[in-house]
Amino acid sequence: MRKLAIIGIGLIKWGELWEKSMRQIAAEAVFKCLEDAGTDRIDTMTIGNMSGGLFNGQEHLSSLIPDHMGRKNIPAMRIESACASGGMAVRTACLEVASGFSDYAIAVGVEKMTDISGNEATYALATAADQDYEAFHGVTFPGLYAMMAKAHMDRYGTTREQLSSVVIKNHYNGSLNPNAQFPFKITGDQVLKSPMVSDPLRLLDCSPITDGAAAVMITTLEEAKKLKKQPVFISGIGHASDSIALSSRKDILKLEAVELSTNTALKMAGKSIKDIDFAEVHDCFSIAEIMILEALGVVAPGEGGKASSDGLTGLDGDFPVNPSGGLKSKGHPVGATGVAQICEAVTQLRGDAGERQLENIRTGLTQNMGGSAGSSVVHILEVI
Amino acid sequence: MQVPRYWREIPKRYRLEAAQCKKCHNISFPEKFSCPECGSQDFKTIKLSGKGKISTHTIIRIAPEGFNDQVPYGMGIIEMDEGPRIMAQITDCDPEKLKTGDRMIYQFRRIREDGSTGVIMYAYKFVPDVGI
Amino acid sequence: MTGIVGYGTKIPRYRIKVEEIAKVWGADAPTYKRGLNLNEKSVPAPDEDCATLSVNAALNALKRAEIDPADIGAVYVGSESHPYAVKPTGTIVSEAIGACPYVHTADLEFACKAGTEGMFIALNLVKSGAVPYALAIGADTSQGAPGDALEYSAAAGAAAFIMGTDNLIAELKDTHCFMTDTPDFWRREYKHYPEHGGRFTGAPAYFKHVTGAVDAILGKTNMKPDDFKYVIFHQPNGKFPVLVAKKLGFTEQQYLPGLLSPTLGNTYSGSSPMGFAATLDIAMPGELILLISYGSGAGSDAFIFETTKRIEEVRDRAPKLKTQLDEHKIYIEYGTYAKFRKKILVPN
Repeated sequence: MRKLAIIGIGLIKWGELWEKSMRQIAAEAVFKCLEDAGTDRIDTMTIGNMSGGLFNGQEHLSSLIPDHMGRKNIPAMRIESACASGGMAVRTACLEVASGFSDYAIAVGVEKMTDISGNEATYALATAADQDYEAFHGVTFPGLYAMMAKAHMDRYGTTREQLSSVVIKNHYNGSLNPNAQFPFKITGDQVLKSPMVSDPLRLLDCSPITDGAAAVMITTLEEAKKLKKQPVFISGIGHASDSIALSSRKDILKLEAVELSTNTALKMAGKSIKDIDFAEVHDCFSIAEIMILEALGVVAPGEGGKASSDGLTGLDGDFPVNPSGGLKSKGHPVGATGVAQICEAVTQLRGDAGERQLENIRTGLTQNMGGSAGSSVVHILEVI
Repeated sequence: MQVPRYWREIPKRYRLEAAQCKKCHNISFPEKFSCPECGSQDFKTIKLSGKGKISTHTIIRIAPEGFNDQVPYGMGIIEMDEGPRIMAQITDCDPEKLKTGDRMIYQFRRIREDGSTGVIMYAYKFVPDVGI
Repeated sequence: MTGIVGYGTKIPRYRIKVEEIAKVWGADAPTYKRGLNLNEKSVPAPDEDCATLSVNAALNALKRAEIDPADIGAVYVGSESHPYAVKPTGTIVSEAIGACPYVHTADLEFACKAGTEGMFIALNLVKSGAVPYALAIGADTSQGAPGDALEYSAAAGAAAFIMGTDNLIAELKDTHCFMTDTPDFWRREYKHYPEHGGRFTGAPAYFKHVTGAVDAILGKTNMKPDDFKYVIFHQPNGKFPVLVAKKLGFTEQQYLPGLLSPTLGNTYSGSSPMGFAATLDIAMPGELILLISYGSGAGSDAFIFETTKRIEEVRDRAPKLKTQLDEHKIYIEYGTYAKFRKKILVPN
């Protein structure tokens, strides 16, 4: 297996991009990435996209996106794993390069979510749940995560304030990120006053609906070393699935797919979680970040809430999480999220993160998951 | 047109039919192709009693399409007395008053309809087991 | 022997008071309360309809019958509010209780008499030996036009009876029907609300047919009112059944246990069957019960049952009607009622 490196990232400003189409934002991210990588070469392209079909009435992105880029003959494929589509697209690009099938593989994640109404978007997102045994009965994603939050509160005494601490921290970080959809600070009072969506989760506990795209260029470590820019080495990749329906799990507070994908990635990198300096994780809801902290092994089960409110995960904490602002503040264009997490990790490792730059970091972890953690993909990135 | 998908699940949705592994006796609801505990593909169909308790729950205040007229409504994972856990609406109650561990009982209810001219979909819901 | 092996009922938890309806329409509540002996009525939840009430009542009947639902060879659902204009309610019920696929089913309609029509057919079917058990249900989520007198009474509920030939809780002694073509109440196709003949629904309709059926069955069996422990009449309101009972020579002790309309409303096809179920809830072995339905259009079915020993063994296996009627009620205001009953115009 060949060693892997990231030589380019491309990220655009996210938000409600009324004037831009899915194909436009995907192409923008790709060309920003090519510019950053200093190359035009694309041997293959993987496209992370959850539901072009439902959000835009458009499938077949493997033809659409290269075509719009003016590079219609690029071998491309779309990768779908609900909200983990982006991370899976990066992983698939890595497989292309590691195996020797391609030398330059670009992964682009894209989701254009505002072409349909909020109700329709809620429906499209709910297709990541078990349609026949969850969505059919009227449960929503906020509802599924609310049940996890309720169970976490019941079992571990996790508090409203601890949930809010995740939101406050991520919005603070996002306020320092010019690409974020909501780059402003939020107070605990604002969280408490936001409307209840699904008890105990309020509107400000939830990640938003976002249009966005992101891209990363993967090549071999040898190729990367020829370039001027400092390459970022991908030392670990992990990937796992879990039951699609939350009710099928013996313990709904155990994110097995996250645990397994993390352990696999750490093992491949020859590291333990203690060797990781920071993480970008899938905070689709405030409770998710708390539970992911536990699943990563950063804290023991039940201690994620307290760790968050104690400042463990802040920019100046011992284990900074979501310096980008996370899904909460940066936005959550589902198929793009996993790719954008890698972009942030690379930005941090390169020392290019400006006001939100973390100090003394060499190793970062990204964790991206689909649905109620029915799938999860983890990457470990390092500077040498 | 959701008719075939709806119709296919009727035995489970109407009658709570579950699959019990003949080898390790684990009960799956809905059924799985092979037993998640022991891998056996030898099952017998059993009918769940419809009695259980709330394992966790929430109140849906912003509903998906087709459920808007029901908000706010209770939704929870009901742990059946036989073991399996079922995601379902909790109806006929003040959802604010629901608590983890509350005893629940199956009722047959309308879930949603496919517009005003389409098929009406029925299935299990749960209600507090208050003896009515 | 032919008769009932199990019975069960279902009443929605929601209620609206007569005052609440009268307030909205500027009507005088005491007129309805005193004049029609109506205080409140049941309202189906948005996720309830004739099919769900039928299923939940039938499942209660099964708890008392203690039979294999696959042995039920016929299912009849009488209602004027079947969820579909075309597509049987009976298939939904049969599937949900586990009676499919070897089962005969039909949806019946005869205004408020559809429930006892099903009972009549089911009893005769098991009597003939064609099927071991037959299930008959009277269920409705009836609607009165907003502001109309019927709005104060149109309620929701269901009663289900499993008929068989052994292990009976009540044995059928006799039946009689009385029917003419009398258009006192109707609902035309594609119309949401029924229309009625006002005072014409009284003497030439309800009273003529109910007394006709009672006189006929008493004559046929050579019995008199005081031979019966209990009597149940169709109850479109709280006034008609009391008037007809007195006119026929029945006493309060006989009709009160089955008189539900003052706090339940008129459950149409479920009305007299539910009154009968409430009576079975308290009857002792060896007691004679007279049941008379009435359906506009118009006709009455009369039945005489005699309870057996088994009634005491089975009655606690499912919720009693009075428990469903009097406990855990949730009162709603007219706005919620209008939303539940889809009286508010909303986009599709």
